[in-house]
Amino acid sequence: MRPQRLRALASSHIKGLLREPATLFLLILFPIVLTLFFGFSFGAIGGSEVTYSVAVVNHDDGANASWSHAFIENLSANQILRVEIYPDNQSASSDLSQGKVQALMVIPQGFSESCASFLQSPDDPAAWTNSTVALYLDKGSMFAISALPSMMSQTLAHTLVPGVQSGSLPVQVGSQLIGTNQVSAFDVIAPGLFAFASIFLIMTVSGAFTSNREKGLLKRFATTPVSPSEFMMSYVAAYLVFAVLQTALVFAMAYLMGYRPEGGAAGMLFGVILLMVFSVCNVGFGLITATLAKSPGAATGLAFLFILPQMFLGTFVGSMLSDNVKAVSQFVPSYYVTNALTSVYARGASLASPTVLYDTAVVCAISLAVLGIGIVLFRRYGNR
Amino acid sequence: MQADLFAIEVEEVRKRYGQVQALDGLDLTVEEGQLFGLLGPNGAGKTTIINILTGLQASDQGTCKVLGHSVPSELDQVKPLMGVCPQSGAIVSTLTGLENVELFGALYGMDRKVVHERAAELLGRMGLSDDSRRKAGDYSEGMKRRLSMVMALVHDPQLAFLDEPTVGMDPQSRRSVWDFLLELRGENKTVVLTTHYMEEAEQLCDRVGIIDHGKLIEIGDPKDLIARYSKRDLEEVFIHLTGRKIREE
Repeated sequence: MRPQRLRALASSHIKGLLREPATLFLLILFPIVLTLFFGFSFGAIGGSEVTYSVAVVNHDDGANASWSHAFIENLSANQILRVEIYPDNQSASSDLSQGKVQALMVIPQGFSESCASFLQSPDDPAAWTNSTVALYLDKGSMFAISALPSMMSQTLAHTLVPGVQSGSLPVQVGSQLIGTNQVSAFDVIAPGLFAFASIFLIMTVSGAFTSNREKGLLKRFATTPVSPSEFMMSYVAAYLVFAVLQTALVFAMAYLMGYRPEGGAAGMLFGVILLMVFSVCNVGFGLITATLAKSPGAATGLAFLFILPQMFLGTFVGSMLSDNVKAVSQFVPSYYVTNALTSVYARGASLASPTVLYDTAVVCAISLAVLGIGIVLFRRYGNR
Repeated sequence: MQADLFAIEVEEVRKRYGQVQALDGLDLTVEEGQLFGLLGPNGAGKTTIINILTGLQASDQGTCKVLGHSVPSELDQVKPLMGVCPQSGAIVSTLTGLENVELFGALYGMDRKVVHERAAELLGRMGLSDDSRRKAGDYSEGMKRRLSMVMALVHDPQLAFLDEPTVGMDPQSRRSVWDFLLELRGENKTVVLTTHYMEEAEQLCDRVGIIDHGKLIEIGDPKDLIARYSKRDLEEVFIHLTGRKIREE
């Protein structure tokens, strides 16, 4: 592979993309507009009911620990919740930071004692033994943030006085978010925006290949000393540049909208690299689309075969879907990109955490496979 | 120039597309340094043989040699030595004329400065200097054709395939291309030209080969052919040999 050829071709692709208004809109302006739009629209929390996994660590060892058991039982009876008991705070916190559970509830030592003091003197708060149930919420789940604290308080009240959902109690539910305490729906959406913007590379790549094929340029390049691998890699290199540009722009716009992701500089670098890898996947999908499409117009339409599932199942849109649909979403690569970015940016997970590593590995594997399939199919059937 | 040095040797080449026999045992030789005209009605097999010689397609049968190298097995050695100007023009419309030429120079491994100088020279000879920094997509059809030729010749190839390079050009542009081709012949380059303009072939070519139904039906110096068939010009020879029936592509 000759660097001079690769550089010349990649630079011609980049110039071409920058000079094509429609392409420029899709690759650059669209992510900016999208980020601005979502930033303005979802500055406040909103959402609907879904099923949550709640980790519970029970430190209650009072004389009558049955109150904590009754509380857990009532929580489990709620069809919206999936209660999972953890032996210690550390393992539960680890799963929370990786998005495996949406909340962590720590029942304190003396919980049952507090409950008992309430029943002995329900009308005399001075006689109560106070305690606080700590509730940690996944900042990456807007539903958890909006619904869980009140749901926990209601269940607690109902446990102590059946039929009652609120009132003055000796036990308080103190909810905390992982990371900052100020969270908007945009914080939840933002990680998915990165994948969302990159997905539209599919349309650009398929359009470029079908258009060049129609003009006879692909055949012309084939008569020069450029090898097929140099030619394909030049496209990948050009779109990697755009992936970096897109990521930087989405970051910048989101930052302007008040988005402050966890993870620091390392997290940002991770995001750029992950999205570069994901753009390789989208170049592959673009090649597959170009193979199937007879003309640039057809390519634009066919590109949506790959764009829509990734958009609806794998980006921020997916966080609002039902559990069944979420299960299907695990078949689209954008799901892993969004999940990894949500883990790092919203949940504050370490880059070395198993979920982030797993998601990254899946994105890498799928991207290489899709690009390989795209190149093989296009070389065999697409350049005719 | 030695008469037995061939830039192109084609022996018994066959190519079939489904029910259509595009090439049916084609034999052809083009001597080095010649400006050779490949003539034939629509669908005669001209573009097919050029595609085979430039490595875009494989033949079903037969052997081909380009500049002494077997094609397609030694295509990597041949590609740097040849330039191809396809029928479709095939330029990068989003790049300027100059950028198109510089891109193709870089693909042939030319030094950036050398490419720039060569591009400026060729664009000037083709009358494109003033428009070299305009987007090629905005060029007229004739300008696109001339640019396409410059892209094919920027690396100073030993052999150039020019597939209908003057289609859609006004007389002035066509004349400038003719002058350019004659200069190339003077530089001892081999040029294979396909054209439907018999006047062009008669004026420019050292030899012409007429193919029809995938076979070479006549080859020789245009003036000799005119004399041999006792016709007024090459077009009459062509009609005499290929008939008056209109062919579709």
